[in-house]
Amino acid sequence: MAAFAHTVGAQTYRFDSLKDVMAKASPARSGDFLAGVAALNDGERVAAQMALADIPLSHFLQEALIPYETDEVTRLIIDSHDKQAFAVVSHLTVGGFRDWLLSDAADEQSLRALAPGLTPEMVAAVSKIMRVQDLVLVAQKIRVVTKFRGTLGLRGRLSTRLQPNHPTDEPAGIAASILDGLLYGNGDAMIGINPATDSIASICAMLEMLDAIIQRYDIPTQACVLTHVTTSIEAINRGVPLDLVFQSIAGTEAANASFGINLNILQEGYDAGLSLNRGTLGQNLMYFETGQGSALSANAHHGVDQQTCETRAYAVARHFKPFLVNTVVGFIGPEYLYNGKQIIRAGLEDHFCGKLLGVPMGCDICYTNHAEADQDDMDTLLTLLGVAGINFIMGIPGSDDIMLNYQTTSFHDALYARQTLGLKPAPEFEQWLANMGIFTQADGKVRFGNNLPPAFRQALAQLG
Amino acid sequence: MEKPPVDPQNPWLELRRLTPARIALGRTGTSLPTRAQLDFQYAHAQARDAVHLPFDHAGISTQLHERGRDSLLLHSAAVDRNSYLQRPDLGRKLSDASAQTLREHAQAHPGGVDLAIVVADGLSALAVHRHTLPFLTRLEEQMSADGWSSAPVILVEQGRVAIGDEIGQLLGAKMVVMLIGERPGLSSPDSLGLYFTYNPKVGLTDAFRNCISNVRLEGLSYGMAAHRLLYLMREACRRQLSGVNLKDEAQVQTLESETGADMKGNFLLDQSKS
Repeated sequence: MAAFAHTVGAQTYRFDSLKDVMAKASPARSGDFLAGVAALNDGERVAAQMALADIPLSHFLQEALIPYETDEVTRLIIDSHDKQAFAVVSHLTVGGFRDWLLSDAADEQSLRALAPGLTPEMVAAVSKIMRVQDLVLVAQKIRVVTKFRGTLGLRGRLSTRLQPNHPTDEPAGIAASILDGLLYGNGDAMIGINPATDSIASICAMLEMLDAIIQRYDIPTQACVLTHVTTSIEAINRGVPLDLVFQSIAGTEAANASFGINLNILQEGYDAGLSLNRGTLGQNLMYFETGQGSALSANAHHGVDQQTCETRAYAVARHFKPFLVNTVVGFIGPEYLYNGKQIIRAGLEDHFCGKLLGVPMGCDICYTNHAEADQDDMDTLLTLLGVAGINFIMGIPGSDDIMLNYQTTSFHDALYARQTLGLKPAPEFEQWLANMGIFTQADGKVRFGNNLPPAFRQALAQLG
Repeated sequence: MEKPPVDPQNPWLELRRLTPARIALGRTGTSLPTRAQLDFQYAHAQARDAVHLPFDHAGISTQLHERGRDSLLLHSAAVDRNSYLQRPDLGRKLSDASAQTLREHAQAHPGGVDLAIVVADGLSALAVHRHTLPFLTRLEEQMSADGWSSAPVILVEQGRVAIGDEIGQLLGAKMVVMLIGERPGLSSPDSLGLYFTYNPKVGLTDAFRNCISNVRLEGLSYGMAAHRLLYLMREACRRQLSGVNLKDEAQVQTLESETGADMKGNFLLDQSKS
């Protein structure tokens, strides 16, 4: 373990280890204070950033933040590191890497080639010395395209997960939210339900229902019920139609253990999903959710700052070629991200770090009622992530998740991003929307059809 | 027969009766109409106000006194709401002064009790103000019928769930139940949660607790919540444990039977395929 020192004027700052520099260089957030790893004051924070900027990227391959011997995520990171891909930046310091990322040398092609050569710790480190505009500008250069029944992540596109949650999993209530979302043009990333009850019978019934809806209306999207990976495996064993295999993941072995998973279990889930061969355009089928603070909340952070722990989760994710990864940024609460400013910065960091590692990032742009945040903060983060080229966001009726009791982006919010930034849905879904007469988009502007689509008019007529 | 014409901006309004979700809000351009926008802002304001509403412990203490019940006011180690929100560890333990107060109380009243009742503001003092008295009335009716003993009601400012275990331990209580304001949802600013521990002591995790959630007028009734808690108390005493190994069997069975059977049917799928 190396000790680092940095002198500014008359003052010398000392740091015990790479882990210590990283934590103290992190822009201030409540979770790092809670963990007791944050800088003592603003001066120490910037000094740590200066010290970090001088550390060679190659040092990150020498000093593991969490020991190789005791953590399978560290082993995955080190064992899968691509030295050849790394060569192009191997001579740089963290500060030099920031300059390189912002330069013309870093473009869509070179960044794609570089991704397997980067470790999460390198990526987290550089993000700590970047401003919001840097995080947006570099992320905007990167595209991570994935396919299942639709093509996600193309330039100029923004997809939405239609999240039709219901407090008691009532099928008609779920269906009502699904139709509402489809009629507002949402749902191309997936129709994904957080179930209120975790019984296998109920999960299977929801999967059957989503499959039937997608088939009946020929919607080029994919279904997901967000249950534990072992429950998804069980559903697959029972012959239930399942598109995307979900799991919450974190950046340390111990945090993953608290979720009841490890890399082997994820592999089993991935293999089970692949065995169904349900993707028509591709076989990216894992759907992961993450969020800063999850390792700390499981007391499994090993003294590593929460943003670095989060970035390590993306190394877990990319190993399974996921369809989408979603950082649920403001869900965890103010003890990890206190206010709108911290949530906004964290969302942009996560998106940047994930993309740089080659992960198809989305963001649940969200907050809870005990955080110092509101709709204005979410509008800001949505706009910034739209500019940064995010793959997908959530879409929920009126921003109000009545099952999980938090606020995320609404169907209308996605339309706002389309109008202001000219972002279109996935091409297959765009075509479906046009065929159904829901809306078309030309020169950025969204033009809704004048009438309800006949198929849905018929469905509504059932209600009498 | 021709149906009445539907609102052209909101042609699927009738779906609203199927879910409490904010569906069929209409649109102006592609944006939220003013009414829906302000309704949302008001709901959020209510939830925020619930989080920051000071705990009126004096009011609850007076009400308890009128019913012949003593109470004792304690404070967690979180000095104010901002520190409470950012430092959950501080909300989980008593301040030094409060721990001392409780120790002195326990010394003056030796012998322990069956159930320690703890009331904490949590994330919604509103929930605690609204539901403490009516719920305790129902609970204590049933408790006295069963012959359980109880200590003064402990009121805690800036408290989190785990602080109940420290209190129960200091009181020498066989069991503790914590009444605490839950994190407010947009449409539920006043939801009360009940957390139950058998043999409470400092350092227990959630795995050793049972939770009865969503006690409010639109949610779980006082009577049903009291019934479930009494069931947990009896089973906990019989099996000498609480938490994940003591599931609320009655509840589990109901949930299992309610789901799974008739899940596939809904208006998007039921239509005749003509």
